[in-house]
Amino acid sequence: MNGLNHMLEIKNLYARIAEIEVINDLNLTIKEGEIAAIMGPNGSGKSTLSYILAGRENYEVKSGNILYNGQSILEMDVAERAILGIFLAFQYPVEIPGVAMMEFLKTAMNAQRKARGELELKIPEFLKHVKAVAAKLEMDISMLKRPLNVGFSGGEKKRAEILQMTLLEPKLCVLDETDSGLDVDALKIVADGVNALRAADRSFLVITHYQRLLDYIVPDTVHVLYKGRIVKSGDKSLALYLEQNGYTDIIGEVT
Amino acid sequence: MIAGQKTILTQAEAKIIDNFAVLKGEMAQRGLLLEAARKAAMDSFCKNGFPSKQMESWHYTDMRTKLIHIASCNNTKADRLLAFPLLPNNIVLGLINGQAVVSPEMKWKKEMLCATPLDKLLTNSQAELPQDFADDNVIAQINTAFVSNGWKLDILENVSLDKIIELQNIQNGGQSHVRFPVTVGKNANVTIIERQSGNNEDSFISSVSNLDTAEGSQVLWIIIRERGLMSSELNQFNAQLGKNVVLKLYVIHTGSHFLRQEINVNLNGIGADFQLREINLLSGKTHTDTTMVVRHLAENTTSKEIIRNVAMDRACGVFQGIIQVVKEAKKTDAHMVCNSLILSDKAEFYTKPQLEIFAEDVSCGHGATVSEIDHDQLFYLMARGIPEVKARAILVEAFFRELIEELDKEKLRKVLWRLLDECLQAHI
Repeated sequence: MNGLNHMLEIKNLYARIAEIEVINDLNLTIKEGEIAAIMGPNGSGKSTLSYILAGRENYEVKSGNILYNGQSILEMDVAERAILGIFLAFQYPVEIPGVAMMEFLKTAMNAQRKARGELELKIPEFLKHVKAVAAKLEMDISMLKRPLNVGFSGGEKKRAEILQMTLLEPKLCVLDETDSGLDVDALKIVADGVNALRAADRSFLVITHYQRLLDYIVPDTVHVLYKGRIVKSGDKSLALYLEQNGYTDIIGEVT
Repeated sequence: MIAGQKTILTQAEAKIIDNFAVLKGEMAQRGLLLEAARKAAMDSFCKNGFPSKQMESWHYTDMRTKLIHIASCNNTKADRLLAFPLLPNNIVLGLINGQAVVSPEMKWKKEMLCATPLDKLLTNSQAELPQDFADDNVIAQINTAFVSNGWKLDILENVSLDKIIELQNIQNGGQSHVRFPVTVGKNANVTIIERQSGNNEDSFISSVSNLDTAEGSQVLWIIIRERGLMSSELNQFNAQLGKNVVLKLYVIHTGSHFLRQEINVNLNGIGADFQLREINLLSGKTHTDTTMVVRHLAENTTSKEIIRNVAMDRACGVFQGIIQVVKEAKKTDAHMVCNSLILSDKAEFYTKPQLEIFAEDVSCGHGATVSEIDHDQLFYLMARGIPEVKARAILVEAFFRELIEELDKEKLRKVLWRLLDECLQAHI
């Protein structure tokens, strides 16, 4: 089902934060429509990679390149990348008191529409759409009336991330440990939300510590990240192998 | 010049003293009391000049270096046009460059509200002016020496005014010194907007409001300030709260070159409640100082003060707040918090909250924070495609949103949002 086009190409990437090397010669390619999983022990650079893709400040790319649909995104700021279709589902979504959830959703959707030269959303359509998506994710409508992520439980925050992902219709979805803090029921709902978005022109980079999530979001490829580089790649059976044997022997091969 | 002057006068001090001599013949002077008050005020000013930084209440605002220029006291003939009322039905009582103006079609029921221009009362010796001046009370000194007009309002007993009273003090260049003595009768309920505005011409204003409230009354008082870049204003809000009185004071401040906003509230009656919500948007090179004294003088009195400041450009802000609780004021509940958001490397804000408690069995507290835009929050908003400038504006608005949302008048909320939004658009 995967297309031939490369949606994301990370080439010989070196990056650092606060003078510390965190990404060391990382190479990774994701095709259009592909679901790629990144696994690795704590501190291997998984979240760092997601921040670098999103363009977070203070993460300094020393060399190498990141191509998105063939175009380098290194010079683009966070918002510009988002408008191009790169979406980061946060591991720890921040709470922003004083910003109403609905108002935020409307602002984000309209900012992206405006940048693409589309008309602003009409309020009734927008409300209807948001409510329908929220219902699918089994979100309590009262959450939409609260300030952004404020007082949400861990599971509610993750659902809110998937809600945003669904509404913004990105092309490259980076899911940073979306399974952390979720019980099995919530995990299924979130995974269903993600699976509903699978499409031939949409790719996913699923970052996770455990293979459990991959029972529900089945990946095409699995990559092991260690010390800032991909040390092993394979298909979904690699995730099962890691589940049973841990990371030690694969890391052992490297070091 | 009086003997005993310790330091050399600054230009601005000399100008004020000169102005007094020049204006003496022109000001409303009839009546010995008025004359005596003006003289006492000026004598006090001559003795002290601008308050020195050694005075505790002026430690962060050195008028000798911050107020170096005083606008001319010749009020040019400005347009005598009032601003559009903030809400269509407001009762607008105007002062334009010190002249009382009220549009002919403005009507209200005399049995509910008495509104009298102060110049009439001054010339008939019916205006009450202070005779004693504390050394650091430069606002009362200057205001009493020069006061020429204002509005005296009396809201009568048991009156619940559904229309908002909008006091417009418009100063387009020049100088004015005005007073708003307001009495609110027993169980009355009123909303008053004190709108301080003007253009970018050089101006110098003093404005003193004295609010006296009788038992059971409820007052919402909103100071909205939109002054130009060359405006210097001394503002004093004094309130006496009777038994079970509820006073909610909003201060929304934008603009100005120099501002000293003093807030003095005495909770005299049992069960009185004072609420302050203040938003300062400081831009340009402004120096803006809010100095507040809240005195709990009776049992079971409550107060809460929330001050939110946004300092941009090269602005400098000050908040000094003190809550005093006397021995008799048992079961006082008083809390104050001042939060400042600094948006530029060259902006600064000084905060000094104080509690002075002599009573037992009280609940009092204060807090202060100074912060920058939260980078995690900014990253989150931008990661959804919201451009940086817009994302920053959203976070700044979020910083003071709850204060506006607390207002239970929706139309007024909209007006305030529009005003704050315009200011932010221009400076973020």
